Amino acid sequence: MSEETKPAPAPAEKAAAPAATAGEAPATPPKPTVAKPGSKQTLTKPIAETGNLWMTRRNFLSRAGWVAFFSFVGTMLLGSLRYMFPRVLFEPSTVFKAGFPTDYPVGAVSTKWVKDYRTWIVRNDKGFYAIFAQCTHLGCTPRWLEAEGKFKCPCHGSGFTMEAINFEGPAPRPLERVQIALAEDGQLLIDTSIRFREELGQWSNASAFLNYA
Amino acid sequence: MQAVFDRIKESVLKTQVWKSIFRHDYEDSQRNRLLQVLDNIWLHLHPTKLPRHGAYLRFTWCMGGITFLLFLVTAVTGVLLMFYYRPTAEYAFADMKYLQFDVPFGMFLRNMHRWAAHGMVIAVWLHMFRVFLTGSYKPPREFNWVVGVILLTTTLLLSFTGYLLPWDQLSIWAVTVGTNMARATPLLGHEGPFGPELGMKPDNDVRFMLLGGTQVGPPTLLRFYVLHCIFLPLFLAVFIAVHFWRVRKDGGISGPL
Repeated sequence: MSEETKPAPAPAEKAAAPAATAGEAPATPPKPTVAKPGSKQTLTKPIAETGNLWMTRRNFLSRAGWVAFFSFVGTMLLGSLRYMFPRVLFEPSTVFKAGFPTDYPVGAVSTKWVKDYRTWIVRNDKGFYAIFAQCTHLGCTPRWLEAEGKFKCPCHGSGFTMEAINFEGPAPRPLERVQIALAEDGQLLIDTSIRFREELGQWSNASAFLNYA
Repeated sequence: MQAVFDRIKESVLKTQVWKSIFRHDYEDSQRNRLLQVLDNIWLHLHPTKLPRHGAYLRFTWCMGGITFLLFLVTAVTGVLLMFYYRPTAEYAFADMKYLQFDVPFGMFLRNMHRWAAHGMVIAVWLHMFRVFLTGSYKPPREFNWVVGVILLTTTLLLSFTGYLLPWDQLSIWAVTVGTNMARATPLLGHEGPFGPELGMKPDNDVRFMLLGGTQVGPPTLLRFYVLHCIFLPLFLAVFIAVHFWRVRKDGGISGPL
């Protein structure tokens, strides 16, 4: 076995010295490398050739340095990005109580919650629905024009019916309705974070309309 | 009288202080003319020699230079405006009015800032137009065209962020409309393609990051202020330096067609 494995590194020597006989060449060259691993010759050889390590110390330190550098920069970057998303918002609550149903006359649009909660409350002969006061074109706040019986956006002229259906201007879809229910104390309870879109058929959802006769 | 001036001039030019700053004399020689540009940090970005056509107004329209001048005007007047303006919802509008109606030269500085900003946008477009017409975007200058597009975008973003700062109805709704387009950002916007599928909501998407909230509010004013006064000008300055440097390295001003 040892006689067969030893000649393995020899082919290079063979090629370098083709004049040498096949019998002598494997006998002499392997001995210095295998017998004296601490000799100068082995030290100057690249470690990849000797097979002792998978990486030199210089390569290892260089890569470790770069890994450390990019880990640091990457962590800083991710942290800074997360920093831009605050946990607390100083914005009006999305849930509010809008008084008692009897406060609202039938067939009228109430604008009293628009300034604080951006919501219109409409009562018809069947009950209540609440409309979010944000134009579906580019997000301005439309106004309720009592005389013309429509919601009109001042930015680009979109118009909506009392039911919140778009009928003029650039708005591509109806205004969104929001969740409306009765609280335990009998007041109207609105949640503007829950929206119902007509084009998705969501206006027929249970909490999009409050039956109240 | 002339003699007195000459004596003063002579005594100033001979001082150690003067010589330590300006390392060459003013004798009108070829060498001195080159050195005056080369040895001066403000002038050294400019080449010591220009091709003749580089000085023709009909070739360059001087639009790049005018853009840079207007940038400097907005930077200087902007820093001055910052002495009175507070970027909070309580004070912003009042401070803007205070600047206009009571601060000495306040109206003048505010208008200078505003008109220089408008002019910069116009000049930047005309500069781009000229570069296009003269074919100056072609190799070896193609990378500098890309840098120029970055500068154009940054200029527009500076205009957009500055628009919010007066904090009046016009600016609030203009920025509301403008940032609502960010809702439709692919992947990162809550109304954009694949946005909802990736979990984007009004309170965690890219528009939220821009506004610091789900609607244009006080946090937005502060964010836009920081972007307008710190981040974007620094970003722009870095790329202006690269832009100028590349003009020199890519063979100077382009030749006539």
